[in-house]
Amino acid sequence: MSTKPSKNILLRGYVVLVFIFVFTPILTSFVFSVNSDRFPTIPLGHFTTHWYETIFADPDVWDAFRISGIVSITVAILATFIGFCTAYTDYRYNFTGKALYLSLALLPPTIPLVIMGLAMLALLARINMSGEIYSIVVSHVVLCSPFAMAVIRMRLAQIDPNLESAAWNLGASNWRAMREVIVPFCLPAIASAFCLTAAVSFDEFAVAWFVSGLNKTVPVIILEILQGNTDPQINAIGSIVFITSMTLVVLAQLILMRKTINQTTTGI
Amino acid sequence: MSKTPSSRPLVTFDGVSKRYGSVTAVHTMNLEIYEGEFLAIMGPSGCGKTTSLRMLAGLEEPSEGEIRLDGQRINEISSIERDTPMVWQSLALFPFLNVQKNVEFGLKMRSIPAEERQQRARTWLERMEILELADRDISQLSGGQKQRVALARSLVTEPRILLLDEPLSALDANLVVRMQGVLSRLQKELGITFVYVTHSQSEAFAMSDRVVIMSQGQIDQIGSPKAIYRSPASRFVADFVGANNILSGSVIGTGTELSLNTAVGEFRCQANGYEAFSTGDTLDMVISADLVQISMEDPGTQNSLHCRFISEEFVGSIVTIFAELEDGSDFKVQARQRDLASMSLEEGVAFFASWSATDTHLISRGQD
Repeated sequence: MSTKPSKNILLRGYVVLVFIFVFTPILTSFVFSVNSDRFPTIPLGHFTTHWYETIFADPDVWDAFRISGIVSITVAILATFIGFCTAYTDYRYNFTGKALYLSLALLPPTIPLVIMGLAMLALLARINMSGEIYSIVVSHVVLCSPFAMAVIRMRLAQIDPNLESAAWNLGASNWRAMREVIVPFCLPAIASAFCLTAAVSFDEFAVAWFVSGLNKTVPVIILEILQGNTDPQINAIGSIVFITSMTLVVLAQLILMRKTINQTTTGI
Repeated sequence: MSKTPSSRPLVTFDGVSKRYGSVTAVHTMNLEIYEGEFLAIMGPSGCGKTTSLRMLAGLEEPSEGEIRLDGQRINEISSIERDTPMVWQSLALFPFLNVQKNVEFGLKMRSIPAEERQQRARTWLERMEILELADRDISQLSGGQKQRVALARSLVTEPRILLLDEPLSALDANLVVRMQGVLSRLQKELGITFVYVTHSQSEAFAMSDRVVIMSQGQIDQIGSPKAIYRSPASRFVADFVGANNILSGSVIGTGTELSLNTAVGEFRCQANGYEAFSTGDTLDMVISADLVQISMEDPGTQNSLHCRFISEEFVGSIVTIFAELEDGSDFKVQARQRDLASMSLEEGVAFFASWSATDTHLISRGQD
């Protein structure tokens, strides 16, 4: 790095500014979640965990966390599995209509969430499947699978195409090669996809709001509390949601980055 | 210890073709590979050499014809059930397994108990002189070490045949020569069949008992390295192999020596072995660059040419001289640096190239 120190400092400062811009609102929310005042005003009152205590005393909030937990883990498992299968199909096979297959597989996140939620509700209600926990799971799997696919597909793009053939050549059946070679090779991406889809599902509001019925997820209950009263409970619950998703996303990034640096391809 | 391969074919390609859509990669190939021989399949990229190897490994299915292993048709037998391990150009080592586990892979797939697996893997690691690397990750190895792991992984199941797909192409020149030695020795010690696909003449000629030259999906010539080097069967082989000069011409006289007319003069070739030619036949005359003498004065022999010096390429003790003939075509001469010391060759200088009538090789036109 031969940049001049003055320029270097300037660049660093710029990066810090960008991060401040992005994270100030979230940080503010966190600050007010541990502030004693009822309304978010400055100067601040004293430190308190009162608002956290309040929300954790509310059985509805506990219920929402329970439902969100169940949903996001189930969704992560299913979406990662479907994403892996789609990515592998893309890697392994060539067939007519592959472009269409891929664009359909990647389509769901491009649909506006409100439309998606409404469509999901219309469909699920018609077949008597709305308002249950699994309704949210089904909808979120649709929404999350493309993310899992994208992450795993990136990993498969780095594989030496002879790796699988080499496994067959050494006596591994198709399934065995999948288990012994493809899955281990993709493992960092699979773990990363799992965290990412869990985070997306945990955060998602619009679709969940439409299809959840009485099984409210955390984002849905946040809106409900917000509609009823505006006190720092919202900030508290928001902070928890933020920390949960951030942890998952950062985890996903770390797993992926560490592995890609360690072993880019099989090398020569 | 079988330098002289047995005459029993281990593998037979019987009229094998491979088509991808309208493209024919391999065209009615007939080839017998003998037990215990080191066979090189050589040709330019896209000549079908790798496809042939992949068909033998069961990774591609022939569109036509039959491949037999030990007399048994194996067309329909999947790669998994054939014991035809391959060393890949990219080596295809499993990056998420350590050296030991890579070598054990083939044994694990054959459900060999863990203890025996480890034992056998270690034996091979020791044989390849990399036992101390057993616990390393693949990413921590050098190019040569990876080669050895790949060889150990393929040989651990003790197959009767080993397929090698340009395994040395990624190594630097010094290492290539060393690994050639390793491979040659290994093949002799094991006495198993090696089928070695390469585009490199030096690799093919240095190690193999027989060389197969392929172009455009077809076999051009099969023979010992020497036979291919000295008596190329087609113009393609003459062009592809070594440093050959090719002059086209026609027969103008027969007898104990054939008289040949070309655009740059008349030449003689001993008739022995070329009895089939008669006056008027068109042919290509091949003169190997290392069999040509050069002089500043006309040597007065029958086969001499007037050349103009263009440039030289100096590789150690051997110099390749690039010259131009009267009709503008190229001519190459390989000589020892020592022999050129007394000559003042520089661009534009005229000299004579000569060769003996017995060093002239003829190829009938229309053969390729």
